[in-house]
Amino acid sequence: MSASHGDSGAGEESRVAAWRTALMRIARAREVSLIVFIVIASTVFTLMTPHFLTMQNLLVVMSGLAMDAVIAVGMTICMVSGGIDLSVGSVFACSAIVLAKLISLGFPVWSAIILGMFVALLWGALTGALITRVGVNPLISSLGVMGMARGVVYVITSGRVISNLPKSFQNLGQGNLLGVPKLVWVALAAVIVGDFFTRRSRALRQVFYVGGNEKAASLSGISVDRVKMGVYMLIALLSGLAGIFETARFGSASSPMGTGKELTAISACVIGGASLSGGEGSVLGAFLGLILLGLVRDALILNDVSVYWQGLIEAAILVAAVAFDVLVRRRRGR
Amino acid sequence: MREQGTSVIYISHKLSEVFDLADRVTVLRDGRVVGVRALAETDVASIVRLMVGREISQLYPDRGERRGAPMLQVRHLSRGERFQDVTFDLHRGEILGVAGLIGSGRTDMALSVFGASPTDGGEILIDGEPVDIESPVKAIDLGMAYLPEDRREEGLFLDMDVTANIISAHLGSFTSGSLMDAREAEAEAGGFAETLDIRTPSLEQKVLNLSGGNQQKVVVAKWLSTKPRILIVDEPTRGIDVGTKAEIHTLLRGLANEGVAILMISSELPEILGMSDRILVMHGGRVKGELSMDEASEDSVMSLAVG
Repeated sequence: MSASHGDSGAGEESRVAAWRTALMRIARAREVSLIVFIVIASTVFTLMTPHFLTMQNLLVVMSGLAMDAVIAVGMTICMVSGGIDLSVGSVFACSAIVLAKLISLGFPVWSAIILGMFVALLWGALTGALITRVGVNPLISSLGVMGMARGVVYVITSGRVISNLPKSFQNLGQGNLLGVPKLVWVALAAVIVGDFFTRRSRALRQVFYVGGNEKAASLSGISVDRVKMGVYMLIALLSGLAGIFETARFGSASSPMGTGKELTAISACVIGGASLSGGEGSVLGAFLGLILLGLVRDALILNDVSVYWQGLIEAAILVAAVAFDVLVRRRRGR
Repeated sequence: MREQGTSVIYISHKLSEVFDLADRVTVLRDGRVVGVRALAETDVASIVRLMVGREISQLYPDRGERRGAPMLQVRHLSRGERFQDVTFDLHRGEILGVAGLIGSGRTDMALSVFGASPTDGGEILIDGEPVDIESPVKAIDLGMAYLPEDRREEGLFLDMDVTANIISAHLGSFTSGSLMDAREAEAEAGGFAETLDIRTPSLEQKVLNLSGGNQQKVVVAKWLSTKPRILIVDEPTRGIDVGTKAEIHTLLRGLANEGVAILMISSELPEILGMSDRILVMHGGRVKGELSMDEASEDSVMSLAVG
């Protein structure tokens, strides 16, 4: 901060300095390193196979990660609050199954969608209540809800798939809009809105304070319980929404759907800069993390790498990202 | 250890210890050595002048004008084993010092008054009206502020920058609609950085990187930003250099002169004796006595504090 001397020369210098620090801060941002990584990785993959850099292939990759992106928006916010939610995959499935069952029983599509979302909200409220009222930690609370929601899925379906869903419903998740799959638009909307609001909305900024120092947040007049409740209901809602859209895309809902989505979401968030202890995270970063993971998986498939290697390699990327993060922070003397 | 020939470098800003233990003293300020003295040839005032760079004529400012009406009245406040039957009045424009040993229940009592902990008996009145302070949210609404005992654990968001910390007690005041207004926030933070002389390379500096004294100033700024009528400060100058101590004391007296009612918990006897208009002494969770400044002395305070 330099005092202005009412002289245009000194003012000019401080303005240039301000621009430079702003630029340096942007350059150091996690999102930029991720974009660089993605560009480098894509270049390598393109050299490995000509099929990589085609519009068709890239759209397949994007469609595959679209609903993970919606979930990742919620997971980012959850991790920023200092928590975690392992139930996203089960809530994803439960909303989808409830919706599919209602439609197959003759309910109108829109009411089935609303009820499916409502079910997700209830699971979120349960997780939130376990954490704020009962005091169970988020890991165990969400683990429990993960099991219960999945259990409900099996009870409803008895293990069977629900398909033959009406075309009017499937239309929501299939087809393109301006050459891009509808679900990719949904994902982009979620990411853009999510990133904007986590940076600028007062309600979501409170989540950063809660995650940064819960005790100080409480003593600063922030309703910690209310914030946490909101967070867990939001992430559940987004998971349910994702499940419903995915059902529209495939025209069916199955019992094991969504399994493993929690790990993908958490990995993406951590790669994107979220800290497990809370207070930090970026929706855009998580989205870029998903893209990186998606491109790697895609390249492995195009190169005929056995599917068993995929899990190993994705987990290795996560470990590398976290290690890189820790080392960089230590060097900065944090 | 010295007898055995070991060389000892003793780093402290507690001058009484330095004068007791050391042979020579090297004074650093702002990262530079500003003087080296043999302790036999110097005195506290000279060392303080070197540390701060200027004369501190008074560590404790003059007391203010007459106090006003009772703003906060605590009646028979209790919470289990922690404190029982605490009763006192806090007036506009006064600094009520709360003395006592560690474990005497002062902080517990303050946290309950601020709504951060429950009570199981007693009542609190503000401006003569009974109030139910169920949470810090309510307390802040009623015009209260609490500067915590442990600034790092309870007052600051270490990974966030100066601006984010300063606005943290009332984020709602820095919004247009439901979105944060960065410019208003920065203006507020910048204003306090100037008036409180918060030394930081920029407002975007993470608070983690500031010195203890500057961190405390950030917490002070955060609470002053809420324009409180009742300010509770718990060990306000713990772990802070002499120069900043004096600044905070002057600030507190200035606030009291403007009519703010200040409850000051402190374990430093000189601070209690130097700053208070009245002194409450607690021991074992109970108020053992109230002393006017005529009655107050190290002996009278300590004898009440030890039960």
